[in-house]
Amino acid sequence: MDTNSENKTSFFHRFRKSRLFWPLVALALILIFDAIYAPGFFKIGILDGHLYGNLIDVFNNGAPLILVAIGMTMVIATGGVDLSVGAVIAISAAMGAVLINPAFGNELISNEILTQNVSKTPLPLIVLANLGAGTACGLWNGFLVSRAKIQPMVATLILMVAGRGLAQLITNGQIMTIYYTPYFFFGNGFILGIPVAMYIVAAVLLLAWFLVRKTSIGLFVESVGINDKSTYYSGISEKNVKLLAYTFCGFCAAVAGLILSSYVHSADANNIGSNYELDAILSVVIGGTLMAGGRFSLLASVIGAVVIRTFTITMYTIGVPANALLAAKAVLVLLVILLYSEQSRRLINSLFEGKKERRDA
Amino acid sequence: MAANNHEILRIENISKSFPGVQALQNVNFCLKKGEIHALVGENGAGKSTLIKVMTGVEKPDQGRMLYDGVEMKIKSPQHANNIGISTVYQEVNLCTNLSVAENILLGREPRQFGGKINWKAMNTRAKEIMLGLDVDIDVKAPLATFSTAIQQITAIARALEISSTKVLILDEPTSSLDVRESDLIFQCMRKLRETGVGIIFITHFINQIYEVSDRITVLRNGKLVGTYDTENLPTISLIQKMIGRSLAEYEDMEKAKQDPDKQQVLIETNNLGRSGTVQPTDLTLKTGEVVGMAGLLGSGRTGVAKLIFGVEEPDTGDIRVDNQPVDKHSPHESLLRGIALCPEDRKESGILGDLTIRENIILAMQARMGWFKYLNKKQQYEIAQKYIDMLNISTPSSDQLVKNLSGGNQQKVILARWLATHPKLLILDEPTRGIDVGTKAEIQKLVISLANEGMSCMFISSELEEVMRTSNRIVVMRDQEKVTELPGDTTEHNIMQAIAGAD
Repeated sequence: MDTNSENKTSFFHRFRKSRLFWPLVALALILIFDAIYAPGFFKIGILDGHLYGNLIDVFNNGAPLILVAIGMTMVIATGGVDLSVGAVIAISAAMGAVLINPAFGNELISNEILTQNVSKTPLPLIVLANLGAGTACGLWNGFLVSRAKIQPMVATLILMVAGRGLAQLITNGQIMTIYYTPYFFFGNGFILGIPVAMYIVAAVLLLAWFLVRKTSIGLFVESVGINDKSTYYSGISEKNVKLLAYTFCGFCAAVAGLILSSYVHSADANNIGSNYELDAILSVVIGGTLMAGGRFSLLASVIGAVVIRTFTITMYTIGVPANALLAAKAVLVLLVILLYSEQSRRLINSLFEGKKERRDA
Repeated sequence: MAANNHEILRIENISKSFPGVQALQNVNFCLKKGEIHALVGENGAGKSTLIKVMTGVEKPDQGRMLYDGVEMKIKSPQHANNIGISTVYQEVNLCTNLSVAENILLGREPRQFGGKINWKAMNTRAKEIMLGLDVDIDVKAPLATFSTAIQQITAIARALEISSTKVLILDEPTSSLDVRESDLIFQCMRKLRETGVGIIFITHFINQIYEVSDRITVLRNGKLVGTYDTENLPTISLIQKMIGRSLAEYEDMEKAKQDPDKQQVLIETNNLGRSGTVQPTDLTLKTGEVVGMAGLLGSGRTGVAKLIFGVEEPDTGDIRVDNQPVDKHSPHESLLRGIALCPEDRKESGILGDLTIRENIILAMQARMGWFKYLNKKQQYEIAQKYIDMLNISTPSSDQLVKNLSGGNQQKVILARWLATHPKLLILDEPTRGIDVGTKAEIQKLVISLANEGMSCMFISSELEEVMRTSNRIVVMRDQEKVTELPGDTTEHNIMQAIAGAD
């Protein structure tokens, strides 16, 4: 009996020290808020054999953000940042849209052609082009940071600005609506009642987890983030580690672009994926990875992204207008940062310790 | 001298423990007015913890502290400062882009009517303070233009200015200074002693203890060994008290055995140089030999090491490893060729503080194996434990973060990182800087035993004694150039002459 309770406290203690604790606390706070003010939030139903409800939406609509947050975690762990992910989403989406209906030269595509449910390019090729374009963008960022030694913020700012221009160049300046139904599968499809986007997130997370924990890449990424000079002196090519992190981030943004353009049935070079870089960075911060780089946790960043999505949907549910959402988000950021500060952690920790002492007494 | 026997600070039965470590155990300490009191001990002996207790950074578990005869509980570093206990740390915490005067009086600048800073009064005051410490410099010049010694003295001046200091704690003020610069600090310390300030002086340099201190307190493993008058304590017994064993450590040390028949040339450099750091140099390293590199700071010792390890690319000449010419220069390529370097600057280019001991140790090995051959956790723990045992790294577990280790143990971790790759050549750049006598001897012995197993080693050190004790051959550098090579059994005098460039 005694040992049992000891095990429990030590498990609780371990959990409290784990990287997932604080992001989960943030998530729990929002869910408690929902439970009180918007009890309908938790309703999950089945419609046409698919699960639906706010909680499913969090993951389904949140899939692109979760993906970008995974990539962003790797980049931030090396001590950098990638501001171009929103633009990369636009490029990836534009690639998809344009390959379904190629618009060459200056001629605009007439609605007659556009609205046909056909594709000029086989679907696998479209997906490949989507992912390839994004990955190439990541490679470019990685090259600027690791080889040209440009500061990450400046280097990725270039593509952040230029990327949307590139995307417009690809789509010939048009907002391309997609009518080719097989393409909708990624953002709207269901397998066994669960959204396809969730499977894609799981697959990318699994890939990232494999790279980070089953190869030495995770260790190298952390060590570059902690001290790139020591890493270089240890015989690790710190340049290639950075290159890989940015490339992977580009790949994640490309997958996000595929899902997002499929979900909204269009590629709008100016608006698709806008502000994703900031939400992704925020997700990583909520996940507890330091902006200075070093130790990181993919799962914590995923929870961070879920926190942001849950918050957004909560705000909609209780009737905050869309144009005031940014202000509400700012409040979230403020709360999270306060929650993570050394002082409040100490306060909360002392609350726990105090409770334990009282229980002991 | 009766006034000098006045005790300014007295510490009785102080104990302090951290999780898993008893850092201090019933320690007594007493500082008199107007004395320089050396506080010595190996890494982890409890010096820093004692200082932290005195300055309010850590609260003792038990024991009491008398300040000027009154019992006192120090609440915080600010509190300590206010009552007159000031500390100057090893790393200077000043703004090097500001002038000396600004640094001394930052936050308490003399004001004119209207709140404007009275620069003239400020510079005069700063000048006065510095002259009081026997330093005559232009206080208007930026701090960065002065040597580290002057920067240290500025830090001392600032400490004195902030509070009417009665107790001044100097934590390794001379660790990065040369002899002449250290003398400046000593001069300043003696001056302060005259004015009645009690000074606690922490250092790893035994000779400096004898140069300035009046009394010595020795700590070992968190316990007080004793307090002694400097003049009555011979060096040899001081060292015995510090490490708790005789210098037999050093006495049974023998150089690596040289067998010319079996030895092969491992590294050969031909005109190797890089403008600005190393003049073209010819150097040969054979298997199983320890080659010492002697010379002053900035003489090009580190430059040669960096060229051989591939951190920097040479402008001229070439390197041959195992008779193969080297065309790609990078630490990674060197690692694959079996060359390892423990860099001079442990914090900047050695340790990865936020990684665990285990991760730090396997890092280079993993770098050689590549990205996709990842050692599993079990293998990692085995390798880490093997080197923790072999090098005597004192830690409760290999999951400890490296930044929590003492300097000596951090050095051992970096050494372990490279030994795990089984290098053919190990370059050690100042491997024993800032670490205690016992660990120094351990590292030197290790180098020799590895050389006996056939590894080649390049030993760079500012301590001649150490170079002479370990090396089979000594290369002397001066002004970025190799001046001469001396046999391992040469005299200190010969090496000094070569360094100085005298006939």
